[in-house]
Amino acid sequence: MELIMQQMPIVIGALNVGFLQTLKLFAVTLLGALPLGLIISFGSMSEFKPLSILTKLFVWIIRGTPLMIQLLIFYFFPGLVLKNNIWGSGENGRFMAASIAFIINYACYFSEIYRGGIQGVPRGQQEAGLVLGMTKTQIFFHVTLLQMIKRILPPISNEIITLVKDTSLARIIALQEIIWAGQAFLKGSQGISGAIWPLFFTAVYYLIFSGILTVLLGKIEEKLNYFR
Amino acid sequence: MAILEVEHIMKTFDRTEVLKDISFSMEEGQVLSIIGSSGSGKTTLLRCLNFLEQPTSGKIRVNGETLFDSDSPETRNESEIRKKRLHFGLVFQNFNLFPQYTALGNVMLAKELQAKERPDYKNNKKAIHLEIEKEARMLLTKMGLQDRMENYPHQLSGGQCQRVAIARALALNPDILCFDEPTSALDPELTGEVLKVIRELAEENRTMIIVTHEMSFAKNVASQVMFMDDGHILEYGTPEDVFDHPTQERTRQFLARYNEE
Repeated sequence: MELIMQQMPIVIGALNVGFLQTLKLFAVTLLGALPLGLIISFGSMSEFKPLSILTKLFVWIIRGTPLMIQLLIFYFFPGLVLKNNIWGSGENGRFMAASIAFIINYACYFSEIYRGGIQGVPRGQQEAGLVLGMTKTQIFFHVTLLQMIKRILPPISNEIITLVKDTSLARIIALQEIIWAGQAFLKGSQGISGAIWPLFFTAVYYLIFSGILTVLLGKIEEKLNYFR
Repeated sequence: MAILEVEHIMKTFDRTEVLKDISFSMEEGQVLSIIGSSGSGKTTLLRCLNFLEQPTSGKIRVNGETLFDSDSPETRNESEIRKKRLHFGLVFQNFNLFPQYTALGNVMLAKELQAKERPDYKNNKKAIHLEIEKEARMLLTKMGLQDRMENYPHQLSGGQCQRVAIARALALNPDILCFDEPTSALDPELTGEVLKVIRELAEENRTMIIVTHEMSFAKNVASQVMFMDDGHILEYGTPEDVFDHPTQERTRQFLARYNEE
């Protein structure tokens, strides 16, 4: 116990650094995937058949295969197959590769949620807007969008909480996120080796972070309760 | 001059002919009730007039201006249609109020979006907004909703919702106000308050087209009655003509069924 207390500051320092990388990946993924998902959902709803078929095929492939494989392929494919390692060898390159894989993967999940949300808004809302002389863009932004957000918030919240924990998959390409940081003390790092408790300790970070998000997202949901 | 002229409107969905050669005209201030059994094409006709459906062929003129002509493709242009549909207002069976806006917000929204396109909008934002709000409050008061302006649709009864929807349509001051079975989604005891405001509008000589299953209302409020059956107009005339002296056997059958009830 005494030993653990001695090691604690070192471990927490390392975990903090790892968690910062986790947070960065989380934020970048959301920033990229939330809008990209909307574009993909428009693609899959397009009346231009080839586009909608192609988009649906893409979404099927991304959703139908493990994110871990996608990470490996995104990271290693350019270097090993194209003989051009665009990512370089540093942490920045790994972060870039991981971000892109995560953004694409999550955008596909979001796109299906958006599609459900858009199609769930009754057709009469659009028609009421048209009859009142609004343009389709005005209808989307002033009538449909908020109703859609209200509908998709619960499933999106679910995905966001999942994303918090999914970021740990980036460990597979040695991104130095919090699991990587905790695991380092197993093998030996900063004079500490064979310690499993730092790895368990990472769970606390995940729990606190997902707890904060749950409360935050719940608050937004509550805010939108003023209409039905 | 006729305010509305409809010539040879046909509408086909896939292979089903829903409207078969519909022609009629209306004078300003007239109230036309369209009656007929479900599937006779009443609602489709109303939707064609409001450009929610495009007729397969035919012409629609308002005040002599051709709004739709299946022979001239330029009348199908989307931004043109947007301007032209403002000649018509439509009140839906299910109200279709915007749930995230208050009653007042529902009435003001379209007007405010229109105002943003005005060249003088930037300089007179406040004044324009106040003017729109004043007008909306006046309309809602006229609908008997002075105490309900700040309520959201889910806080209102069906009858109140439908009256907000009527105020919303009136806010754009359409030449012809259309109603698609305005009381069909309401509890029987709520239909009265909606029919009352429509009757008041008729007394102000608003030009209106009302698709309805309320026969006594159609008879009392209308200046013209149209009986539709299987995509055709079978009767068109004054309420006395259609209800008391129908020319077709089919009309007699239809009316007899209602009189039994």
